[in-house]
Amino acid sequence: MKPIFMTYTKKDLINLAVCMVLSVLIIPTFIKTEYWYTSILIPWLCLALATIGQQIVMGYTGQLALGAAGFMAAGAFAMFNLILRVPDLGFVGSLIVSGLIAAAFGILFGLPSLKVRGIYLMVATLASQFFIIWMIDKFGWFKNYDSSGIITAQDIVILGKPFTTPLAMYFVCLAVTTILTLLAMNMARGSTGRNWMAVRDMDIAAESMGVSLLRTKVQAFAISAFYCGVAGALFAFCYLKSLEPVAFDIKLSFKILFMCILGGLGTINGAFIGAAFILLFPVLLNAIGNNVFHGAIDATIISSIEQVIFGLLMIVFMIYEPLGMAKLWENLKQSMKSKLSSSRIKGVKSPVLKK
Amino acid sequence: MANELLFFMEVLVGGLLAGTMYSLVALGFVLIFKASATFNFSQGAMVFFSVLAFCGFMQDFNIPFVLAFILAAFLMVVVGLCTERLVLRPLMNASEDTVLMATIGLGYVLEGLAQAAWGVEVRRLDLGIGDFPVPWIADNLKLFISALDITAGLVAAIMIIGLFLLFKYTKIGLGLRAVADDAGAASSIGIPLKHIMLLVWSAAGVVALVAGMMWGARAGVQFALVDLALKALPVLIIGGFSSIPGAIIGGLIIGAVEKILEVYIGPFFGGAIEGWAPYVLAIFFLLYRPEGLFGEKIIRRV
Repeated sequence: MKPIFMTYTKKDLINLAVCMVLSVLIIPTFIKTEYWYTSILIPWLCLALATIGQQIVMGYTGQLALGAAGFMAAGAFAMFNLILRVPDLGFVGSLIVSGLIAAAFGILFGLPSLKVRGIYLMVATLASQFFIIWMIDKFGWFKNYDSSGIITAQDIVILGKPFTTPLAMYFVCLAVTTILTLLAMNMARGSTGRNWMAVRDMDIAAESMGVSLLRTKVQAFAISAFYCGVAGALFAFCYLKSLEPVAFDIKLSFKILFMCILGGLGTINGAFIGAAFILLFPVLLNAIGNNVFHGAIDATIISSIEQVIFGLLMIVFMIYEPLGMAKLWENLKQSMKSKLSSSRIKGVKSPVLKK
Repeated sequence: MANELLFFMEVLVGGLLAGTMYSLVALGFVLIFKASATFNFSQGAMVFFSVLAFCGFMQDFNIPFVLAFILAAFLMVVVGLCTERLVLRPLMNASEDTVLMATIGLGYVLEGLAQAAWGVEVRRLDLGIGDFPVPWIADNLKLFISALDITAGLVAAIMIIGLFLLFKYTKIGLGLRAVADDAGAASSIGIPLKHIMLLVWSAAGVVALVAGMMWGARAGVQFALVDLALKALPVLIIGGFSSIPGAIIGGLIIGAVEKILEVYIGPFFGGAIEGWAPYVLAIFFLLYRPEGLFGEKIIRRV
């Protein structure tokens, strides 16, 4: 029988333990301000999850897709309607089903990937972005015939317990993200991920080796859209606390694309690094604008500068390190290690030299 | 019946003329793709950047129209120069997708710079051509067609004829075609690759400026232009990425189909289907003819 879970090395387990202790014990004990949860940690987890979705289709399977926000919208509005119309499903059930609904869209709009690649595919996936947003916007049923345009998200209730404080919502996001991240890592390391990467590196060669392109690509699109859908539902219910199609426009898709590329294509930890960077950098820039220049620089100029810097970073990374920040981090660790070991060797050698 | 036919004609002609606006944006993409097989995602941003610069020169510094146009065109040449030197040359041997992503980055830089330099508010651009039906055509043919649309159509026609002549009959055009065919071989027989690239990017910049002026006169010079320019992508898919006539025909098809669908089918779905209809049309095209109407067949080897 094929093992469902991969065997883990000691390093993996240590990494997992460190992450868990950090996120479950240390962060909640030391961070008390609500701002950190509502404006940084929760959106970070949600967007990192969406970026993992983007990674699966773009980083692992090598298909240029640009519709992550569309699938997020599908997930978010599916969640709203499921909780509204099928209350028996519960929060977790609704979350899974809304992910599956997004996955159905993913399959539909992933089909062109069988025929085309690169920029051609990008255009095809743009169709999903515009179509899903339009559909939600035009058919009142999805918004429960709310005319104001912005719907308040329902409260999160799991097993009869309400999760409404920022800390509780943080834990909800954390639990979902952790489970899905572990699953993604397993898929990426297992035969599923091998197939994805084979298709990415050379689809024709992969096909001639017996990897089914249809299966692999459609699977990647479905799983990617599932991740984006769940992320979208969390994004709407824990972060925005409201639902409006405008929140999931093409700009968000580009943002997720940037997170994915700057973080490092084809890595799971890159998704978290990229999401953190894209999310925190504007906060930092605003802080600099307010504290160093005391508001002398207009806020619109700051956001323009932020855009310029993201663009420049994208170009610089493409030229010098197409594998993104995850690779930089890896290199840093490597050089630290070799420095440590070389200094150790020096320590042994130096008495010999003195003699 | 006659009225219905007239109405249909009006929708069709309006759509076709609006389509030339997409063609103008697509033309810039094609120019660069033809010469360097680079897909320049920042073309939309170039449209926005150039026309905002033009408006800035004209409205903030009170520079006359012609001089502002020359200055903006010169600025686009500088942008082309910087792009060639700083982005494309280091990425000479990188994969297609890498270059594509770098141009997405370039687009972000241009959008940001334009907004930082000239502000984010919507600017009105008055070309002296009204966006209202031409009385003569309205009286004689009973068609209501905007003067701006006709101007855009004429400008597009002139530019296409100019580019066609450039490609077909000049030495530069020959060099361009040689580079497009095989950059390595072209440079080994002494065609200056650098100059060709600079020329192509500058030409694309000027095309972007003209397209931006047309769009700006209609919808105001604003950030939404970038999203509008995205519609040039389905145009390219239908026309083929490496064909100038393809860009035109593709634009016309998108413009006409979009308008006809919007007018005749849109009401059943609550309207605004032009937002996604071109993309879905492009998907159907991709399934049957991935290389587009006029594109070269894509052959990939293992």
